[in-house]
Amino acid sequence: MSRKLVIDPVTKVEGHGKVTVHLDDNNRVVDAKLHVVEFRGFEKFVQGHPFWEAPMLLQRICGICFVSHHLCGAKALDDMVGVGLGSGIEILPTAEKVRRLGHYAQQLQSHSTAYFYCVVPEMLFGMDAPPEQRNILGLVEADPELVKRVVALRKWGQEVIKTVFGKRMHGINSVPGGVNKNISTTERDRLLNGEDGLLSIDKVIKYAQDGLNIFHEFHEKNRKEVDSFAEVPALNMSLVDDDGNVDYYHGKMRIIDKDKTIVAEMDYHDYLDHFSEATEEWSYMKFPFLKDLGREAGSVRVGPLARVNVTKAYSASTPLAKAALERFHDYTKGKANDMTLHTNWARAIEILHSAELIKELLKDPDLQKDQLVMSPPEGAWTGEGVGVVEAPRGTLLHHYRACEEGNITFANLVVATTQNNTVMNRTVRSVAEDYLGGKAEITEGMMNAIEVGIRAYDPCLSCATHAMGQMPLVVSVFDSEGVLVDERVR
Amino acid sequence: MSTTTKNEVASHELKATPMDPSVQAARDEKIQVAMIGLCGCWGCTLSFLDMDENLLVLLEKVNITRSSLTDIKRIPHRCAIGFVEGGVANEENIETLEHFRENCDVLISVGACAVWGGVPAMRNDVSLEDCLKEAYIASPTAVPQAKLTIPYHEDIPRITTKVYPCHEVVKMDYFIPGCPPDGATIFKVLDDLVNGREFDLPASMNRYD
Ligand code: SF4
Repeated sequence: MSRKLVIDPVTKVEGHGKVTVHLDDNNRVVDAKLHVVEFRGFEKFVQGHPFWEAPMLLQRICGICFVSHHLCGAKALDDMVGVGLGSGIEILPTAEKVRRLGHYAQQLQSHSTAYFYCVVPEMLFGMDAPPEQRNILGLVEADPELVKRVVALRKWGQEVIKTVFGKRMHGINSVPGGVNKNISTTERDRLLNGEDGLLSIDKVIKYAQDGLNIFHEFHEKNRKEVDSFAEVPALNMSLVDDDGNVDYYHGKMRIIDKDKTIVAEMDYHDYLDHFSEATEEWSYMKFPFLKDLGREAGSVRVGPLARVNVTKAYSASTPLAKAALERFHDYTKGKANDMTLHTNWARAIEILHSAELIKELLKDPDLQKDQLVMSPPEGAWTGEGVGVVEAPRGTLLHHYRACEEGNITFANLVVATTQNNTVMNRTVRSVAEDYLGGKAEITEGMMNAIEVGIRAYDPCLSCATHAMGQMPLVVSVFDSEGVLVDERVR
Repeated sequence: MSTTTKNEVASHELKATPMDPSVQAARDEKIQVAMIGLCGCWGCTLSFLDMDENLLVLLEKVNITRSSLTDIKRIPHRCAIGFVEGGVANEENIETLEHFRENCDVLISVGACAVWGGVPAMRNDVSLEDCLKEAYIASPTAVPQAKLTIPYHEDIPRITTKVYPCHEVVKMDYFIPGCPPDGATIFKVLDDLVNGREFDLPASMNRYD
C-alpha cells in the first residue's frame, strides 16, 4: 500500500517548514520534498517607506540573522546615496570596522545557537534518541556544565551585538554612509577582558575550540555514518576577497565546482545577469540558479560548507581557525567537500574563526575614531543600491530603488536559505532513500534523520518567505467570541 | 497542519524511542510550558534564550513540551503556560493557536507581532493582488518564458487576507510588548507566573521597539 509520510513542522530550525515523503507499494521513495509553508511579503510592503527605514524594517525578517539583513540593507543604502564601496567616495574605516564587529558577533551568536542548541544534542544522544531528549533540555540533564558554557558563549556574542547596535536584537547602528556610534575603550575592554558574568575573549576562543572538538570526537567515533550521510554534489558559492578567501562583509561572488575550479565569478551588482529564480506550486520558497548552467546543474550551495570549500586559507592572524581549516581541507584532499554533515564541522570552524576575527578587530584603534558618517557630495544620489554580505547561512543580497523624494519603489531580496533550496531538497531525497527506502516499518527516529539533514543547513525559513504568493483564498477567521472577522474567496 | 488523509502518517505519530521513565517523571512534576512561533521572525523565541543564566534557573521549575527548540511537534498533555510569538497569517496559524488555547491554562502574546501583528501586518495596507504580481509574476529574477506559477498546493497552508494579532482570533491572557521584549522581561513574567505571583509588567519594562 502506498504511503505518505509527513514531518510537520520541521523543528530545531528557524521558521516554518514541512517534509513529505511518498512511498509506493514496494516501499520505494517516489517523492520527497521540503515545503516552506509561510510567507510574509516584505518586498512589497516596504515600498513607499523612506529609504532609510529599510535596514530597520527588513531586519525583522529574521530574529537570528537580523544583523546580516541590517548591514546588507545599509550597504545597499550606501550605494543609493553615492558612497558605496567601489564608488570612489566610500564609507570611512571606523564605520566599516564597527559594522564588521557586529557582523562577526552575529556569526558567532547565530552559529552557536544553531550548533549547540540544535545539532550538538543530536551528536551526543543520537538521531533516534527520544525526541524529548535530543534538545537543550536533554543537554541540561546530561551535562549542565556544558550548557553553562554554551549559555555564556551565546551571551557574549549577544553582548557584542548590543555594544554595537544598542540592543541585543533589532537594534540600530548603521545609517546611510556609515554608523551612528563608535566603540569606546571601556566597551572594548569589557568585551576583551570580560567581567563578572561575562566571558573574556580568550575564554570565548577556548569554548569555541571545545565546541569544535565535540565534532572531532563525534566524527572519530562515527566516521562511516557521518561521511556517507547525504553526500550531495553541488556548486559552492561565497563572497571572496582578492586572495580568494571568504570575506563575510564584502567581496565578489565566486562559484566553484567539485575540483574547486571557478565556474562563475561576478560583481554582486550584476546578479540579475547571472541568476534566475524558479517557482514551484508546492513551496513558497523559490529556487534560484545560474542562468548559464540551467536549473539542474546551476543550483548552488551557500553557507558554512560552501565558504570553507571556496576559501583557500584563513589569514595567519586567526591561527587556530587557520589550522582547523587546513585539517578540514586535508580530509578531502583538496576537493570540495559535499558531505552534508560536514556542514556542522564547517560551522564549528567558523565559530572559532569569528571569535579570532573579533579579537583582532577589537584591538584596532580605528574603532574609537569619531568620524562616523561619510556625507555624499552634491549630486551623488543614485537612487539605487545593491548590498551583499555573507550571512551565517550564506550569501545574502538586498536590492532597492527609490524615487527622487526618497521613497522606496522597488525591493528584491535573494536570501541564503533560498539559494540552498534545491540542495536541501536533494538532501531530503537522499536521506529519505537511505533511511526509509525499502523499509516496511518506519520509526520516528528514521524520520528525524531527514530533519538532521535539513538542520545541517541551519535553514532560516522565515528569511526565505519574504515574498508573497498568490493562492485561492477560502479562509475564515473567527474571533474568540465566534464572530466572523475575515472571509474571502478569490 | 494539513488534515490527515488516507495512508498519511506524521512523524510524531510513529513509534519513537521512549524516554527514561525516571527522567520523564522528574519532568512531569514541573510546570509545563508550550511554545509556538506563528507569523514572526523567531526573534521572540530567541529572546527567551536571552534570559542567559536565568534560563537554567527557570528550567529547574519548568518543563518545555512543544517548541521549535525541542522536537516535540504537538502539545502532549495539558500545559500551564503557552508562549506565543507571532501573529496569525495563514490557516495553519489559526489551527495551531486554537489548539494552544484549548490545551493551555494561560496564553501569553509575546512581542509586537503577537500583540499587534507587528511588521508582518504592514502587508495589511497593500492590496493582495499587487503583492502577488510583485513576487511571482513581475519579479526581476523570474525565469523568462517559464509557465507562470503561483504556489498553491495541498501541502502548504492557505494564507489569510490580513495578518491578525493573536487576541483577535482567540482569547489571550497576557501581553508582553517589544520587538522583541528582552530576556529580562520575559524572565520576569515567567518567573512570576511559575512562582504563583500575579502577572505584573511594570511600565518601565514595556518596550515598543
Ligand atoms: S515581535 Fe519583533 S522580534 Fe518578535 S517575532 Fe515579531 S518581528 Fe520578531
